[in-house]
Amino acid sequence: MRLQYPTDIRIIRVPCTGKVDVLHILHAFEKGADGVYVVGCMEGDCHYNSGNLRARKRVEQAAIILDTIGIGGQRAQMYNLASSDGPLFAKYAAEMDTRIREMGPNPIKLAQKNAA
Amino acid sequence: MIVADKKPIEEIIEQVKDKKTVLVLGCNECVTVCEAGGKKEVGILASALRMYFLNQGQEIKIDEVTLERQCDHEYLEEIRDVIDRYDAVVSIACGVGVQFMAEKYHSTPIFPGVNTCFLGVTEERGLWTERCQACGSCILATTGGICPVSRCAKRLLNGPCGGSTGGKCEISKEVDCAWQLIVDRLKALDKMDDFETIAPVKDWSTDRAGGPRKVNREDVQP
Repeated sequence: MRLQYPTDIRIIRVPCTGKVDVLHILHAFEKGADGVYVVGCMEGDCHYNSGNLRARKRVEQAAIILDTIGIGGQRAQMYNLASSDGPLFAKYAAEMDTRIREMGPNPIKLAQKNAA
Repeated sequence: MIVADKKPIEEIIEQVKDKKTVLVLGCNECVTVCEAGGKKEVGILASALRMYFLNQGQEIKIDEVTLERQCDHEYLEEIRDVIDRYDAVVSIACGVGVQFMAEKYHSTPIFPGVNTCFLGVTEERGLWTERCQACGSCILATTGGICPVSRCAKRLLNGPCGGSTGGKCEISKEVDCAWQLIVDRLKALDKMDDFETIAPVKDWSTDRAGGPRKVNREDVQP
């Protein structure tokens, strides 16, 4: 397919999105990530039944916390797609990239630089 | 177990905003099971607080520790060597842990990070419900193992009130009538004689009405 998607996205592979915890998402922001999105299987297709549903709830929890502390809940997002759906993967990557660029860098990163 | 619920982060921020070093202290027991104050919640709260204050341009050092329990001297002693490094502690144990911390470490302010709710069970993940009010003189033997003190809104001891409709309590259609549950259970156990027996006036002096309570067991004391 040779699809293009933004180069500034770092992929972290997990055995199932059910492995992803609120803490992982928050730590990513604490370490300077500008945005975090979790890409799971289609709802109803989870090999472990509810891994992707749990992931969605955790992303939502993280988004609430990010809103509360002034980082912006829109920086965290859950997506679902089938493993064979390359074009959609590229589309979501571009969508997230655009959104984060509109929001600007993670304020934590700037604050850490200023504090140093 | 003791069931607690998380306090809003904003409330905790307000408590510690003037401090320079803060310890977020979790507990490995009940509050871990009800996902309000265990190691994971310590990590989430500490991370959120660090990011908030950094974003505000405030330099506050926020550390994380989770003790086995906060209601026993031996575990609280584990932080004696480090407690002086902190201007404040946010304890996300139950109210018991917060108070025992405060009793033990006089010069360090201790703030509660959870709201302690009740003694209850995990009906399913994410749903905890009350089962016991620790009234100090248990009557479950005669009520089919279902407690009217904790589950009846009026704490009635001799059958339901007039507000019991279709097995539900008048305070909410979602709340079971405790006495309906008791009668159903006694019928299943073929022990309806227990229902006919008039319960005597309960001695509430063992409940909170008698003031702070104490269990003094000389037989197990060193």
